[in-house]
Amino acid sequence: MSKTGVNEVLSKGGFSFDLCRRNAMLQQQGAKLPKYRKTGTTIVGLIFKDGVILGADTRATEGEIVCDKNCEKIHYLAPNISCCGAGTAADTENVTDMISSQLTLHRYATGRVSRVVTALTMLKSHLFGYQGQVSAALVLGGVDVTGPHLHAVYPHGSTDTLPFATMGSGSLAAMSVFESRYKEDLTRDEGMEIVSAAICAGIFNDLGSGSNVDLCIITKEGKEYLRNYQQPNPRSYTRSKGYDFKNGHTAVLSTNITQLRQHVQVLEGDAMEEE
Amino acid sequence: MSITSYNGSALIAMVGKDCFAIASDRRLGVNFQTIACDFQRIFKIHDTLYIGLSGLATDVQTMHQRLQFRHKLYQLREERNMRPETFASLVSAILYEKRFGPYFCEPIIAGLNEDGTPFICTTDLIGAKQLSKDFVVSGTASESLYGACESMYKPDLGPDELFEVISQALLSSVDRDCISGWGGIVHVVTPGQVVTKTLKGRMD
Repeated sequence: MSKTGVNEVLSKGGFSFDLCRRNAMLQQQGAKLPKYRKTGTTIVGLIFKDGVILGADTRATEGEIVCDKNCEKIHYLAPNISCCGAGTAADTENVTDMISSQLTLHRYATGRVSRVVTALTMLKSHLFGYQGQVSAALVLGGVDVTGPHLHAVYPHGSTDTLPFATMGSGSLAAMSVFESRYKEDLTRDEGMEIVSAAICAGIFNDLGSGSNVDLCIITKEGKEYLRNYQQPNPRSYTRSKGYDFKNGHTAVLSTNITQLRQHVQVLEGDAMEEE
Repeated sequence: MSITSYNGSALIAMVGKDCFAIASDRRLGVNFQTIACDFQRIFKIHDTLYIGLSGLATDVQTMHQRLQFRHKLYQLREERNMRPETFASLVSAILYEKRFGPYFCEPIIAGLNEDGTPFICTTDLIGAKQLSKDFVVSGTASESLYGACESMYKPDLGPDELFEVISQALLSSVDRDCISGWGGIVHVVTPGQVVTKTLKGRMD
């Protein structure tokens, strides 16, 4: 394969390290490398009587700046498995997407419902292979033929199997709620209440977490994703009228108007007609 | 000094009613020295899909070339234009491929879907996608842009009102950032036409 040209641009997958030397050189010359988008996060999960409940806050940060006030941290893995992600946003998003696609192919090959341990093994072997450089901390939950499962996955590839788990910067606040209130065989409503209380503990006591509560309830009947289940922090500083700018208020140097050709759709005709 | 603030930049995209606007400053600098005031950071991918790239100018141009190349290949293979959402995934994938040695640019993607509804999205420099229903910002002036957009933005604006809001947000924000500004450029895209205006800004 030639080193330049189409083959290089259309790589088959995997990471590319060709800018590393340049970036190291820039760093050596005193340039600071920029921050990545992180999800300073509270993510939790617990096992209740009929399945698993996952919960997450919705704040994404870049340094001290809140760059998304309502992001989604509960990722889809399979119809019966979901995964909350904390850490570097790009890593959690891409790792879960990749495992989700592998699980889909695995289902096509085997013709069976994906198991949670399969997802767990795929995740931990990927993360362990990158020695913690892919910084994704995950709470993995799902229901399969062997029942409900909940796992915590650490960036270096170690895993826990627990009845309740918390991750992210708000994990201590959330764990305090679980430790004081969790018991076995919770009902669905009790479970939802404890999970949202744990997320709220993170939202209000951890500065990296904030905004709303997302929930995902997985039972053997199916998955229910409750986006913005609670919104304890509505926007309170909206001006009733907003700013008004008259048209023509901004000084313009030049204007260029391009008319777009409408795409013509042939509804009748013989070019593509069948038979 | 961070490498993303070597050249300086300010970028916004906003959603209106069946239209969107994308705007940037026009300065190219080397730290505090200004090199040009007609630098292009917003690029057209096709009629109703635009990408703005903030950050290090060399990576801005490389990314644009690679994205244009990939879109042309797509057009040849599929005989249609890319949907904005597809394009956002492509940008994210290209950036995440270089996770451990990234391009120093943060893109903003703005486009119209086939049914004419607007789509805007931004990613960080390693491709963490963030979809938005109102506005997205990027660049060295992003902190002041967040503030300006947060107070000036209103939902469901028409193309003319949207132009005024995005221009005022841009101009007032770059005045609080030494290394961006020196004029601005705004594209307002509706299903029928694209209006491109260059703005008069402070040249200090």
